[in-house]
Parts: sequence; C-alpha cells; structure tokens
Amino acid sequence: MLSSRSPTEMVGFLYEAPSQRHLLGTDNFGRDVLVELIYGIRTSIFVGLVSGIIATIVGTTIGTVAGFAGKWVDGVLNSLTNLFLVIPSFVILILLAVSLRQRSLVLIAVVIAVTSWPWTARAVRAQTSSLKTREHINMARLNGKGSFEIMLTEILPYMFSYIFMVFVLQVAGGILNEAGLSMLGLGPENTISLGIMLSWALNFEAVRTGAWWAFVPPVFSIAIITFSLYLVNIGMDEIFNPRLRKQG
Amino acid sequence: MKKLLVVKGLKAYYQIGPEENVKAVDDVSLTLYEGEVLGIAGESGCGKSTLARSLSGLFLPPLRHISGEVLLDGVDITKIDERRLRKEVLGKKISFIPQSSMNALNPTLRIRNFVVDLMREHNPELLEEEVLRRAEERFDSLSLSKKVLDSYPFELSGGMRQRTLVAVSTLMNPDIVVADEPTSALDVTSQRQVIELLAVMIERKIMKSLIFITHELPILGQIADRIAIMYAGQIIEIGTLSQVIFASSHPYTKTLMSSMIVPEEGMRERELPSVPGSPPDLRHPPNGCRFAQRCPQATDECRANDIKLRRFQGRLVRCIHPLKVEREL
Amino acid sequence: MQSDEVILKARNLVKVFGTGKDSVLAVDHISFDIHSGKVVSLVGQSGSGKTTTARMLLNLIKPTEGRIEFQGRDIREFRGRHRLEYWRKVQGIFQDPFGSFNQFFTIKKILKDSLKIIGEKLSEKEKVKLCRAALESVNIDPDEVMDKYPFELSGGQRQRIMIARIFLINPKVVIADEPTSMIDAVLRSNILKLLMKLRDVQGTSIIFITHDIGLAYYLSDYVLIMHRGKIVESGSPEQVIIHPKHPYTRGLINDVPTLHKKWALKEG
Repeated sequence: MLSSRSPTEMVGFLYEAPSQRHLLGTDNFGRDVLVELIYGIRTSIFVGLVSGIIATIVGTTIGTVAGFAGKWVDGVLNSLTNLFLVIPSFVILILLAVSLRQRSLVLIAVVIAVTSWPWTARAVRAQTSSLKTREHINMARLNGKGSFEIMLTEILPYMFSYIFMVFVLQVAGGILNEAGLSMLGLGPENTISLGIMLSWALNFEAVRTGAWWAFVPPVFSIAIITFSLYLVNIGMDEIFNPRLRKQG
Repeated sequence: MKKLLVVKGLKAYYQIGPEENVKAVDDVSLTLYEGEVLGIAGESGCGKSTLARSLSGLFLPPLRHISGEVLLDGVDITKIDERRLRKEVLGKKISFIPQSSMNALNPTLRIRNFVVDLMREHNPELLEEEVLRRAEERFDSLSLSKKVLDSYPFELSGGMRQRTLVAVSTLMNPDIVVADEPTSALDVTSQRQVIELLAVMIERKIMKSLIFITHELPILGQIADRIAIMYAGQIIEIGTLSQVIFASSHPYTKTLMSSMIVPEEGMRERELPSVPGSPPDLRHPPNGCRFAQRCPQATDECRANDIKLRRFQGRLVRCIHPLKVEREL
Repeated sequence: MQSDEVILKARNLVKVFGTGKDSVLAVDHISFDIHSGKVVSLVGQSGSGKTTTARMLLNLIKPTEGRIEFQGRDIREFRGRHRLEYWRKVQGIFQDPFGSFNQFFTIKKILKDSLKIIGEKLSEKEKVKLCRAALESVNIDPDEVMDKYPFELSGGQRQRIMIARIFLINPKVVIADEPTSMIDAVLRSNILKLLMKLRDVQGTSIIFITHDIGLAYYLSDYVLIMHRGKIVESGSPEQVIIHPKHPYTRGLINDVPTLHKKWALKEG
C-alpha cells in the first residue's frame, strides 16, 4: 500500500546492514526490513482495531445489561466476567491459538478479543450502575420506555466518551497481545506483523549477530504506536471532561 | 458604635477566560459595627458567597481582587499576602466558615485531630494539650458534648458537624465571624440549634460581630440586626431588620420578601408575585439598574446610568424610585 | 372533611431496603387517601421516607408490603399495558432540573417522547402543535426553546418544562417531589403558580412532597407529616401546622422560622 514493493521479495543477502538501497537493511530472509516494517505496522494495527472493536462491542453489551438489570442477571454476567478475568489471559490466548486449525488475521483478532472484553465489561457495568440512578431514567420509565430503549438512548450516550477511551486502550492492548502471540509462533499465519518480525529476529539470532535493524524497528514501532494511543486516550479525556480543560 | 470592618468599593471578579470575567462582586461598600449581626441575603448567583470569601482577604484563583478595600481595624486586608493572612488574621481577627464546610471535614481524622491541625496552622507555638484543653472547655461552655471531639465526622449528624465547626472556628475568639450559609442542607431542628449556638456566642462575646450569609430571609429574621440585600453583584438595600423585611424600599427587596413562604396565619391568602426573567449575566452586566429589565416600575432613566446607593427613609437603597413606606421604622 | 372521589389510596405501605442486619425500614405501614382535584402535602425532613413513598406511588419501585389502589385496583398487579395506562394517569415532577432531562435530547424530542404515553396516534404536525401549546401554558416561548438542549436553559426554565410535560400528558394525579427546592425564591413563585394552574385548569390532584413546612401550609388542602417512615399527624393545614397535636409535629413547627414570631434566643 505505502510501498509498491512486496515485503516478501528477496532483495539482498541476509542481515545486510542499512544502506542507501535498503534504509533499514535486510532481515534473515534477505528481505527489505523497511518494506516489511510498513507492511507489519499495517497488519498489527488491523489486528488491534478488529480485536478492539469486538472486545468493545461484547464488553459494552454485557456490561450495560449487567449494570442495568441488576439482581440475578448481574450475578450471572458478573460470574462469567470474573471467570475470564481470573484465568490468566495469556494462557487462554495460547490455548485458543494452539487449538485453531488455521490462524488468520481475523481469527487471531477474535482470540485476543475473547480475553480482553472482560475489562470493558467491568468498567461499563460500573458506569451503568451509577448512571441508572439518575432522574432522567425515571422520567424515561414514566414515559413508558422499555428497558432496551432506555439502555440504548438514556445510558449508552452518557458512556460514549468513556467507552471510546476504553476502546483506544483495547486497540493498544490488542497490538501488544498480537506481538506476544506472534513471538511465541502462535500469531497469524502467512503474513507479516510486527510481532512476527520480532519472532524471526529471536529465532534467527539477530541479537547475537548484532543485526539490530532486524528487531529495533519493530520494537520501536510497537512502542510508538501504543504510546501514541495512550496519549490519544489522555487527550480524549481533556476533550470530554470540561473540568480538566478549564484548568489549562 | 465602633466600626470593626469597613468595605469600600470592593470589586472581585472570577477570571474565566483571557478577556472574560464574571463580575461577582461589583462595587460593594458596607460597614460592620461591633456587637451586631449583619445578614447578607440574596438569591443564587447574586455574589454573596464571593463577598463572604472576599471579606476574609483570601482571593484564590480564579477569583481576583480588582479594586476596593476591606479595612479591618484600619488595615486593608486585601493587601496582605496569603501567608501573613493565615498566620495573623484568619482565625484570630476574622474567621470564615465557608458553605458546606461541614461536608469537607477530613473523614479519616477524629475531630480532636482536626482541631489540633487547625489551631497549629494559626498558632504553631501552642501545645497539643493546650489546644485540646481549650476545645474541651469551649465545648462544655456551649453545652456541646465532649465526646464529639473523639468522633469521626461520619459519626456525627449534619447539625452536629456544623455546630462543631462553628465552635472550632471560634476557639481563638475572633472579632468577626463570617458564616456562609451555615444552615442550608440542615433539617429544621438542626438549623435552629446552629442559630441558637451563634446567638449564645454573640451574647457571651466569644466573637464581637457576625456576618450571616443566606438566601433564607426568615432565618435572618430571627438573628440579624441589620440586613443587606444583594442582587447581581451589588448591594441594593441595607437597613435594619424591620426596615428591610417589613417595609422594603427597593422593588427587588419587596419582590423577594413577597416570595417568602412561611407557615403563618395569613400566608394562605397572600398572592405571590409574578416577576418574569432572571438576574443578568454577570459577564456582561447591563448599564444602569440591574433589576430594571424585570422591575414593574422601571423607567428609561433607570436604564441609562449606573445607580448609586443613597439614603432613603433611614436606610440605603440603590434605586431612583424607591417604594415609600408609611411609617419610617 | 373531604367528600370528593378518592382517586389514589395507600394502605399499610411498607418498604424495606436491603436484607438482614443491614436492612433499612424506610416506610413503616402508612395509609392515606388522595381525593380528586386536591393538593396533598407529604411533609418530612430528610430520611423520613417521603421520597421512597413518592417512588412507590409512581410505580417506580415495588412496596415490600401493602397496597396502592388506583381507581379501585392494586397497582402492584399492573403489568405491560396496564402499567402504561397507569402512567397515562399518574405522573411525576422531579426535584433536580439538571439531572431530570436527557442532556442529549432537544426539548422538542423530550416533549414528543412524553406524548408516547398518551397512546394516541398523532401526526408529526399534531405532536408539535401540542408541544408548543404546552410550552405556552407555562409561559415559555416555544421558538426559544424547542431546538435547544437542556444545558442551554436555566434551572427555572427546565423546571417549567417539566410542568409543561404534565400539561401535555394531562394525568389525573401528579406527584411532585420537591419541585422547587433547587429553585430560588422569586422564580419559585412562578413554578408554584403553574402547579396551581394544573389543578385549577385540568383538575389534577397534586401530591406535593416537601421538607418545607411553609410551602405545605401555603399550597395544601391536606397535610401529612412523616417522621422515620411513619405518618405521625394528618389533617388540614390549620390543624396540623397552626395547631399541631403530635409532639414531633409541635417540635418541628416550633423550629421553623417565621417572620412575625421571634424565637427567644438570647439567654438570661
């Protein structure tokens, strides 16, 4: 997309240092690292986004219903959420990834979402519990609005900024999780991602041979992307929370 | 009568933007005499809380002191820096009890610790035992249980917390106490207890004078000697209790008094006033009388130029068509 | 004393919150009748149980025990369509003009939403016409507020819009929970006059929940004093407030500051 060249094209010898022809050198397969990096960033962000979207939708739905309904519904959903929270997410990730016959990008994103939705659910549930005591909810009931409509129009809009911020964090988390999975060799198949680049660097002794260009760029990219997302998160808070703005 | 506090032309604004100010206190002058209870009454947004704050000399951002003086014993406290204010003036000469301060008590401290902290801030040389001894003595003399000192704030009722605060804020016998809405959010019985406590303290000369800020005039009717009515950042009438409550001169005061609903014989037959609109935006107060846009007897003259406080039938009124009263009180 | 039709009845209402050791008895076996077209004040200080009672009457929370009868039927049995019909006839006004409206809706949408409970099929044009008329009933210029959001309006305007909503729905009973306690004195007069207009023009019964004894005295035909979940005294405003009999009521009335009677404050 950003480069007309294919990342899998072999263009040189293995671990060639950066030069004018290949700005970030070549990797263990002789491929251009810079081209791979661009491709890899795109893949990692894709996984992060998809897992973030799925986790947010699932978590928000479960959290809102649990917080609003209360009583036994809340109890059941809470137990479910806690179940997922208690088991180390990485263990679940590994188990799921291992048991998949094919590991496509979207499937890996789904797997990651399966372990990250509980955080959203928890946060959203707490927000919903507190929002449902507001007077406009009572007014909606007195207008004859049903529970579903109330959750959608009276509760969800009030949580929008909060959910968006949680979503941003989910995307960052998704990118990190993908990197972790890929480094264990359990990431998406037949593609290039930042994590996969790192796993190659590990497995093909880039560190020992001093080929820093094979792993520093991916690491740096992961760090910059997640850091930027955290900054976006903080920035969003200032936009959505007028009180913070006034002190500026 | 001795003048304890003289306020001259005080202006205090909230700076909310580079060029935008909320003119909360906009040219206020008043005098507090020794031994009196001065009530400052008005509806929300009139500037009474800001005025209360200004009287303590503490102008914390975004509140800025623009001009005017607050003379305490002849010394202008608006010119004193915060450190000296806290050390020499607050608590000793003038004690300020902010609104809702009873809810701002540190929940993790027992009252006795709070008292010690507070006293140490003003008098670092006092020993802890001395502070507590004074506190116990004072509580005793005011018929407040000493057990309160050992309690946490959440263990006390709202009324008890407020009375504790009042007692503690006056341990050093300040000349002046400024209490901002000390009775709002309390139920009726607690309210009366707080007012009685304040009255007892004045009687015993624990403080010399009291400035009582509230939006509920019937309360002032029980304790105040004089009342100042505030509207849109200005004082629009000052007079004795009887003058202001029973023979109001300013049309706004009259409207406010007519809006008071009390459980008294004759109340049910009263017609409530119907005044349209609301107070002006204090970011851009209008020229001339600030009540003119709602006043039933406003004329063009009212809207033209700023109106000053002037003497009328024994009180001060900011109006060029004040309502005449039959008998001067 | 009252011979009109009884429109709403409460019998031995009880509400307990929580369970076991931490349970709170908020409402303790109270009973009263609401007559058509009358103003009844439920007066209590904080913690008296008056707000809980209001929520039960509005069918927003279920009583633990007891009956609430509307036109002869127990509202606890109302489900689905019957519940909607109840709300067609019994509505509420709340205390907080800030939290009572969905901040994401325009006033037009808020009022149109309230029309749904009426259950009639109305065209868009008819709906807007009714909303505008309701706003005019509360002395608000519709063009000034219809397209605005709640945060753009003052507390007094919002509270009047809450009353406009009642004019729109035209219920038989309105339960007003401290409708003026967050409003300044001068504006309050306007709101109270509008409430009286509801009664005078539409014959609506008003259950006025308040802690303010002066207001209760001024507005009501009948007064109920609540203390710690019980009704300790009831009667006409004259009986209950000017000549109270129950010791709690007496103490309460004594502590209310009036203009012509002064407390004996100074000692000695």
